[in-house]
Amino acid sequence: MSLTVPAPDPALAAGLDEPLTVLHPDGSRHASALLDPQLGDVDEHLLTDLYVDLSILRRIDAEAFALTRQGELLLWPPSQGQEAAQIGSGRALRDTDFVFGSYREHGLAYLRGVDQGEAMRVWKGVQQSGWDPMEHHLATPQIIIGAQSLHATGYAMASTLDGSDDVAVAYFGDGATSEGDVNEAMVFASAFQAPVIFVCQNNQYAISEPVAVQSGFPLALRPTGFGIPALRVDGNDVLAMLAATRIAVERARSGGGPTFIEAMTYRMGPHTSTDDPKRYRDEAEVASWRAKDPIVRLERHLESVGAPIERIREEAKIRCDAVAKELRAAVTAVHVPDERTLFEHVYTTPTKRLERQLAEHDAFVASVEAEDHA
Amino acid sequence: MTAPETMQLGKAIGAALHDALAEDDRVFLMGEDIGALGGVFRVTDGLQATYGPKRVIDSPLAESAIIGTAIGMAYRGYRPVVEIQFDGFIYPGFDQIVAQVAKLHYRTKGRVRVPMVIRVPYGGDIGSVEHHSESPESYFAHTAGLRVVTAATPQEAYSTLRAAIASDDPVLFFEPKSRYWSKGEVDRSIVRDLDTAEVLVRGRDVTLATYGPVVKTALDAAVAASDEGIEIEVIDLRSISPLDVDTVVASVERTGRLVVAHEAPKESSVSSELVASVVERAFASLQAAPERVTAYDTPYPPSAFEEAYLPSVDRILDAVDRTLGRRSSRTAGDRTPALQGGSR
Repeated sequence: MSLTVPAPDPALAAGLDEPLTVLHPDGSRHASALLDPQLGDVDEHLLTDLYVDLSILRRIDAEAFALTRQGELLLWPPSQGQEAAQIGSGRALRDTDFVFGSYREHGLAYLRGVDQGEAMRVWKGVQQSGWDPMEHHLATPQIIIGAQSLHATGYAMASTLDGSDDVAVAYFGDGATSEGDVNEAMVFASAFQAPVIFVCQNNQYAISEPVAVQSGFPLALRPTGFGIPALRVDGNDVLAMLAATRIAVERARSGGGPTFIEAMTYRMGPHTSTDDPKRYRDEAEVASWRAKDPIVRLERHLESVGAPIERIREEAKIRCDAVAKELRAAVTAVHVPDERTLFEHVYTTPTKRLERQLAEHDAFVASVEAEDHA
Repeated sequence: MTAPETMQLGKAIGAALHDALAEDDRVFLMGEDIGALGGVFRVTDGLQATYGPKRVIDSPLAESAIIGTAIGMAYRGYRPVVEIQFDGFIYPGFDQIVAQVAKLHYRTKGRVRVPMVIRVPYGGDIGSVEHHSESPESYFAHTAGLRVVTAATPQEAYSTLRAAIASDDPVLFFEPKSRYWSKGEVDRSIVRDLDTAEVLVRGRDVTLATYGPVVKTALDAAVAASDEGIEIEVIDLRSISPLDVDTVVASVERTGRLVVAHEAPKESSVSSELVASVVERAFASLQAAPERVTAYDTPYPPSAFEEAYLPSVDRILDAVDRTLGRRSSRTAGDRTPALQGGSR
């Protein structure tokens, strides 16, 4: 493997002054010399698809959040506001590219066709991962901040060893950029020129800490110190995210190495369903981001290009209602597995020690039941 | 079938790596200085020249990344064998080991396997500086999902490492670095498991269980004791997690006495676990309180103090004598002999 490291170069970062964007909050489309070449296939059909995807993700999020309030789910980390960052980037990948996310990438699970009932098992507290990572080329939620960035980098290194052009993508947040693992991932990605894409959704907050606590300068400058080029993108612009990720994927697939994308977005909701953002941010700030909503701007854009917006809205609503209904039914149908299964899969084959503890557990349960029946 | 060869323990590990690389192209090595240098102990000597830099990878100096990227490679079907240069350098990788390597199989209900071997040269008695002589095995034995094994002889090193690489579970392979240069016969056709302790010497009076670098010390102690007519049954635990309690219990049921020795400090250690398990399961067989011969509960001291700090033949024999009621308790003024089946 190559150990050639390019010299650090701040010029490696694009979008530092103003995040790269093509779709403004008023719905108008603007030229971008960097992004436009990636958007040749954008037509009413694709715009409609994106609109439906964004809408469904927002609905999944809203339904899941509501289910925490109804006691059906334990916890939910909302993705509201980050739909374009997730769907735009996710849409630039092919199915065999492996995605390693944090716990907020509900949009990637949706794009990868994960059954919503399976996905919700984590948040219902009956399983620590929902879906089969190998089937969907999507790792299950990673709760340790930034840990998955190393897994993505290693996966990308392995892809190169295989002579494959599959790429790996790590999703993480602004807080994760302070973690050693994310920085070590960039060291390895750069040293081995691994085909990995780091998608940092800078949603402005790590729970309560504003991004200024993590860094006094744009996060997109960090990778440049590792020799990794960065694109600082308007994360609420689904077309800009699609285009930027396509650039990164193309670089990775063709042996160009890693790319870092800083998606400037905003977590409209709380950190999780147990958080209270009123304690650390004011409504004016939230309102300023609401004005930059990714779905509203796409709707305005569709209108501006003369798309049949009423029909598209109706189509999206039908799809959203169907997904929501399915999600609710699936969550309600989840049952707690037999408690004996908690002993399973600790090792690939059970150890004597665990077999013994299971037997002790069984004996205790049987003795309690015998007393109850006495 | 090749004839047995005489080789040093470190070379036997190199031979196991060589053979594993030859047999399975999904096996690869990664670590610091393992390439051209052949590792700081020369364990991987010549392997990069033979298998190339794509399979014997010199990594940047970041332990968390060594473990974490190896996980990613395991996702894609590889079988990583990574080296942590010294015991005391493993802590930056601790999170990836205990939060990821150990838990991925459980988390994903068996859908993701991490057939990783983490090689760790460990233990003291090499006259080195701080962080180069530690015995951190208990941290990992405490974590479900990891296998933790050691090896005491060149044969054990070869065969146990092959078993570790063949295992679909993640394995921490603790190499007794003070024994790297000890010689012994290695028969490459001998296959070992990762679960069982082995009775090395039969004896009727006291069970002495240990592992890694202290096995040699224990065998020396058994020879010295036999001069006094005391038979020590020496058990090489081999696996620290899971612990083969069955073998030790069966022995204690014969001898009635137990001494456990290791280089790691005493508190919350392998001996804590083993003594507790034996007391749980063979209390009635014990004729004396179990004894432990370990390092003291201090940080690893400057190497000038190693002799006092580490288990020695004399400290082991002292403990053996106490279980036999041939010595008083170490507590000054306490002349109470060991009680039948009781504790002090």
